[in-house]
Order: sequence, then structure tokens, then C-alpha cells
Amino acid sequence: MYPSRFRYEAPRSLTEAIGLLHTTESAGDQAKVLAGGQSLVPLMKLRFAAPELIVDINNLPGLDYHRADPDGTIRVGALCRHADLEHSALLASTQPTMAAAAPLIADPIVRNRGTLVGSLCHADPQGDWASVVVALGGSVVAQGPGGRRSIPADAFVTGPFENALAPDEIAVEAVIPPPQGVPAGGYLKLERRVGDFATVGVAVALDTAGGTVTRAGIALTGVGGSTIAATEAGQALTGKVLTAEIIEQAAGLAAQAARPRTDHRGSAEYKRHMVRTFVTRLLTRAGQAAEAERAA
Amino acid sequence: MTTVYDDRGEQAAATDVPLRRIAFTINGARKIAEVEPRLLLAHLIRRGLGLTGTHLGCDTTNCGACTVLVDGKAVKSCTMLAVQADGHEITTVEGLATASELHPLQEGFRQEHGLQCGFCTPGMMLSAKALLDANPSPTEEDVRWALSGNLCRCTGYQNIVKSVLWAADKLRAAGNGAGGEPGAGDGSGAGEDGSS
Repeated sequence: MYPSRFRYEAPRSLTEAIGLLHTTESAGDQAKVLAGGQSLVPLMKLRFAAPELIVDINNLPGLDYHRADPDGTIRVGALCRHADLEHSALLASTQPTMAAAAPLIADPIVRNRGTLVGSLCHADPQGDWASVVVALGGSVVAQGPGGRRSIPADAFVTGPFENALAPDEIAVEAVIPPPQGVPAGGYLKLERRVGDFATVGVAVALDTAGGTVTRAGIALTGVGGSTIAATEAGQALTGKVLTAEIIEQAAGLAAQAARPRTDHRGSAEYKRHMVRTFVTRLLTRAGQAAEAERAA
Repeated sequence: MTTVYDDRGEQAAATDVPLRRIAFTINGARKIAEVEPRLLLAHLIRRGLGLTGTHLGCDTTNCGACTVLVDGKAVKSCTMLAVQADGHEITTVEGLATASELHPLQEGFRQEHGLQCGFCTPGMMLSAKALLDANPSPTEEDVRWALSGNLCRCTGYQNIVKSVLWAADKLRAAGNGAGGEPGAGDGSGAGEDGSS
């Protein structure tokens, strides 16, 4: 299968890349930014996407990083691959939700090319990273001809396969705010086989201090038309100790927030049940860790 | 590489075909090619270079049969544009054996009966090579994890995993200067030294 014909540019600087997007002839949906290409290239081959211009950003220097600022803010550059995050010592020691999600993205070969920022831009309702970044209260930094702006992750995705970027903006970085305590949580994904889209995915991101939850974010993958932020479930946890009753209450609220549909991956009822199960599982683990922390 | 286009008259004159010149290395040999940007790496390899060991299975980024190494990393060549190979180093299954000797992975697949129809085998071997380059002593779990993006519809994977562990033993033995026949008759070889 071939993509339909397009013009290809591989700029060497971000300014040049934005300039290419900014030219009027390639405005609107006519131009697409190519990073890892693990969703865009298949879409182009299937002719679901037929951009006139491809701006390949793989040659842009200095975008393949992920790092922590002194205050604990985590920054992930537009060319940081899933595999970099999967093998990251930084995430393994500081960010349990991201560390848990990275090895569950697609399959090992796709993880070598695909990027976290690209996954956010693609805005697939079944994309795992969007749930993780929403649960963590993260944001996306977009750069255009007029400079940079920060877009909260939950406002960045505007619908299925739609994001808040202007046609001449490039998402250059994802930002995770510093923890308010000890970070806890994880990501669980039910999939029929490695590489399949999530039947259900649940991201839980907590900060705890002395066994009490100081901040909680829960977001759901694959159980609605887009990533679902289970805000009420998160609020139910804030300021609380993770007792069995609190966990049950939050899991119930998360299951209520899900909008699953019956399809070949399972019934709506089953998916909702799995949301409850995953939230319970992740919170129970986090509670045990917080208990251990308090005892220590 | 010669590409022939339909002449659609005014609609898309042949002169409008945007060709780009790229330079890359494949299996150690430096090459220059003129490619249309929409040409996929898999097609450059198979048709432009005649290296038909790289197989196109699903063509939808699922099966991993088209896996090659780009700068040592396993990549699905049906999901990368040929122009993106510019300046990079590619290894295909043809790059594994020398003129006189099979690569230990190829030998392993023969010894442990790691293939039936053989369609997925080149992709399996390249994913396995990327694993062994990074981790010479994988456990069975490491191998299964590394190959989880490569689908096989014949074997049930058991012998593929054995083949890779056989190759790991052989490569380690060669690296230690022992050079013996590793793992022969053992067949499990799995996870014995557990370092990963």
C-alpha cells in the first residue's frame, strides 16, 4: 500500500519547520508533522489521511530528551521515543505512572520509533499516553510563529483524532508538573494481544504525604469517544487515606465516568467492570506503598 | 531504481513527481537512491535493492514481518518512508550471514526448528538480533518480550524462543573464546543465568 503523493520536507531547525507549516499554500489539514510516524504512516497508507505536505521533524536537533527540572517537573521532547521512556532510569525512580505505561505502548518495534508527544497529537481515544498525561495533570507546549504556549492535556485533545494545535504550530514538549509529595500510581491495560489497542486502560497518578493523598488523577483509555478524566474519582481521594472504603468509592466513581461501548473487544458491562477492577488494583497497591512509607 | 508512473496528462504530469536523492548504508554497503517521498522503506529494500528477504505481511504495522534494523534498532520497514533512511544504516536478513557462515541466529532457527512456513522468520531474527546486541544473556521472558511485536501463525513461538536462546548461548560461547556447540541437546537454555 502506498500513501497518496505528497511533498516532503525535512527541515533542520524548528523555525524552518514552523515556517513550512505557516506558508498559506499548506495551511489547514494540508500539512502534517511527521515524528515517529507509527500512526500517521499507516493512516496515509490506508488513505484515511492524504496530506499534501509532510514536515519530517526527525532531523531537528535537541528534541529527543526527557529530563527532570530541579523542582521535579518532567519534560518530554517531541522526538523522545516510547522505548526511551520504557528504559528510563529517571521515570523508574521518580514517575511510577509513566514508568508503568511505557512498556505497554503498542509493541517493542513500534516503541523504537513512536513518540509520546506524537501520541498525544494523534489523539486516538485508545491512546495510552493521553490518559497518563491527563491523570498527571500535564500539559503540551506548542510552538508557532508567534512563540510558545502551554495547553493543559485535558484541553489539548478536542475530540477523536483532533487536537488544539493551530495549523502552523508544532507540539514540542509534554510537561508533567512536579509531585506534591511522594508520587504513586500506575497504568494497567487490558489488551487481547501485545500491540492491540486497549480494551480498557486505566491511569492512576497520586501524590501522597504521610499516607494521605495530596493529589489524585485518574484517566481512562478505550472506554469513550476520547480520553476520559475521571475527575470525581480523583476528588474523592484527595485528602484521604487509602482505606478499602475510599478505594471502593473511587473505583465506583471511575466506573461511572466510563462511557464504554460494546464491540469486538468486549461488552460495555465488561469494560466498565474492568475499569472498577483496575482502579481498585492500582489504588490498593498505592495504599500498601503509602502504608509502608508511613511505617518507615 | 526505475519507477514507472501512469501518465494522467494534465492531472499529474510526470515532471511533477517529486524525487529526492538519499544516501544510506545497507548491510555494510553504501548506496545512493532517487526515491519518491511516498516510497516505503520496505519497497526500497525489496524492489530498489532486490533484497526480498524482508517480507511484507500485514502492511498495517501489526505483524513485524518487515522488521529491519535502522541504526541497530528494530523498525517496521512498512511504516517508515524510504526518504527517512537518508544518512542511516540499515540491516536486513541478508546482512546476517557471511559468504561462508550462517549467523548464529540463523543456525539457531535451523537447529531448534524455529520456523515452519518461514514468512515471519526474517523479522523474528532481526528483532532477536537487536535484543542480543543489547542483552547477550536474555532470559526466556526477555526473548518473549522482545519478540512480542512479531507475529507467527505457524509455530506457536516455542521453537522460535528456543532458537534465539540457542543463538545467545552460541554468541556468548564465541565471545568467551570457547566457540563450542552451545545448548545442543539441551533445548531449554532458558533463563539459566538470569541476567538481563
